[in-house]
Amino acid sequence: MSPFPGSIFAPGFFASGPVHLALGVGALVAVVAGAVGVFTVMRGQSFAGEAFGDLGTTGGAGAYLVGIGPLWGFVVGNVIAAGAMEAIGIQRARGRDLATGIVLGAGIGLAALFLYLDTTQHNTTGAVVTILFGSVFAISSSTLPLILLLSAVVLAITLTLYRPLLLSSVSAEMAAARGIPVRVVGAVYLLALALAAALAAITIGTILSTALLVGPAASALRLTRRPLTALLTAAGIGVATMWLGILLAYDSYEWPPTGRGWPVSFFVVTLVFLIYLLSGVPEAARRRRPGRPRGAPRDARAMTPG
Amino acid sequence: MVNAWTVASIVAVVAGVVGFFTVLRGSTFVAHAIPNGSFAGAAGASLIGLSTLVGLAVFSLGGAVTIGLLSRRGRHDVATALALVMMLGLGALFLSFSSEYAPEVYSLLFGEVLGISTNDVGPTAILAAVCVLAVVALYRPLMLSSVLPEVGQARGVSSFAMEMAFLIVLALATTMTVPVVGTLLIFSLMIGAPATARSFTDRPLVAMGLSVAIALVIVWVAIAASYTTNYPVGFFVGTASAASYTLGRAWTALRNRRGIAPELIPAST
Repeated sequence: MSPFPGSIFAPGFFASGPVHLALGVGALVAVVAGAVGVFTVMRGQSFAGEAFGDLGTTGGAGAYLVGIGPLWGFVVGNVIAAGAMEAIGIQRARGRDLATGIVLGAGIGLAALFLYLDTTQHNTTGAVVTILFGSVFAISSSTLPLILLLSAVVLAITLTLYRPLLLSSVSAEMAAARGIPVRVVGAVYLLALALAAALAAITIGTILSTALLVGPAASALRLTRRPLTALLTAAGIGVATMWLGILLAYDSYEWPPTGRGWPVSFFVVTLVFLIYLLSGVPEAARRRRPGRPRGAPRDARAMTPG
Repeated sequence: MVNAWTVASIVAVVAGVVGFFTVLRGSTFVAHAIPNGSFAGAAGASLIGLSTLVGLAVFSLGGAVTIGLLSRRGRHDVATALALVMMLGLGALFLSFSSEYAPEVYSLLFGEVLGISTNDVGPTAILAAVCVLAVVALYRPLMLSSVLPEVGQARGVSSFAMEMAFLIVLALATTMTVPVVGTLLIFSLMIGAPATARSFTDRPLVAMGLSVAIALVIVWVAIAASYTTNYPVGFFVGTASAASYTLGRAWTALRNRRGIAPELIPAST
């Protein structure tokens, strides 16, 4: 098909409307996920991030059932889920994963019911896969205003809360001693995480939502100890992997075995995973050098200004 | 129908036993990630014409080992999340290679307990026996390293070895349960029942027994309800698990209010 079989940019890549939209929205979501994700990783809330991706599915399936826009379903579903997690006790580090798990279990049960009703009433099974996996090439431009609004809200919350959030993420005791309402900050952050995951899940799918929330941020936090640098690095890694993934997926339409293209999510996840593995190399090398005590407390080092 | 009852009861026993340690160790995320990610193995196996069970086993064991190894050098939840998305990414790739898989995705994710045949009972029972025996054999060191990892280390119980052993048991439990109750719902059974049990007792063996009993009740109620209403069994398992946990929490709150002031009760965790 292609006159230039070896070219990196398949012909039509820069001329295609869906590709433009995918690149734009993909980058926006990657930036939002990177900024929120740094705190997710610092606070050890990756599970909540992943759960919101799945719980959005429940909302999406429910919205499909009653015939309203799926993005609203994702948003409303996640906000309800965030409230439930907060009520059960996500603020305590010990019971955090349990609270997330209970809510996730109930949410998935509901998703099973909604999807069952979707398939029996609308007689389509394709909806299941679309809702579960999403596709960056399937974003419709009519959802753009809502996508922009959500991104702005999430970024605004993260930047407004930046200092208290950072302090209470590093040390809740220290933050409380300085008069920061740690629990309120945590709850508002959970809301931002829920909205970010809803945004990411509906635009790029639940798999990539978790991948971009956790992967770039965790890699960035291994590369630098400065929070702001980590935030920017995470956003950069996110955008780079997203764009490269979209490019490879576009190219893959000529690859075996089906000629229908490989999924974007596969490429992005693989890139994110590789970057995370590589980001551990400098630290491992530093550790091997003599003079530094092996296994020095991680948290103490993270707190010292770089 | 008899097969469904038999297999689902076996699954409930394993979920109750393995789930007890899952909740005790705070490994909820892993209990979500391994079953969820292993569905990619089923997709891959169907692509190359292997048995679903083989694909599930390869991916759940591979995922467990990856999570264990990555956790040595980084945050545990990050390692779990990344292993999960990597498996799901592969799953998306496998799905994109085959076109007629969509309905099966649904049954793998949410379970098809009423469609179990006599052939499924044998492998499930064997894997279940292996899981329960492994937990019995590992009981003391696993308990020690879950509750007091430092003391365990001092007594020569390697936390890493115990973590690996636990992850592998979890992977085995996943392999046998996923075709029955689905990847997503084994999770709520493994979390809901033991978490409820722990609200009623602090003694480990009693809690484990209670957790098995609660899991059995949840599964039986769910199958009966699914049979009469025709709604997916996963819906009933998920909501019943959450409901039982809520009951457990209510019981704890009630007991604390009636008995001694809560601050006088030594923290159980």
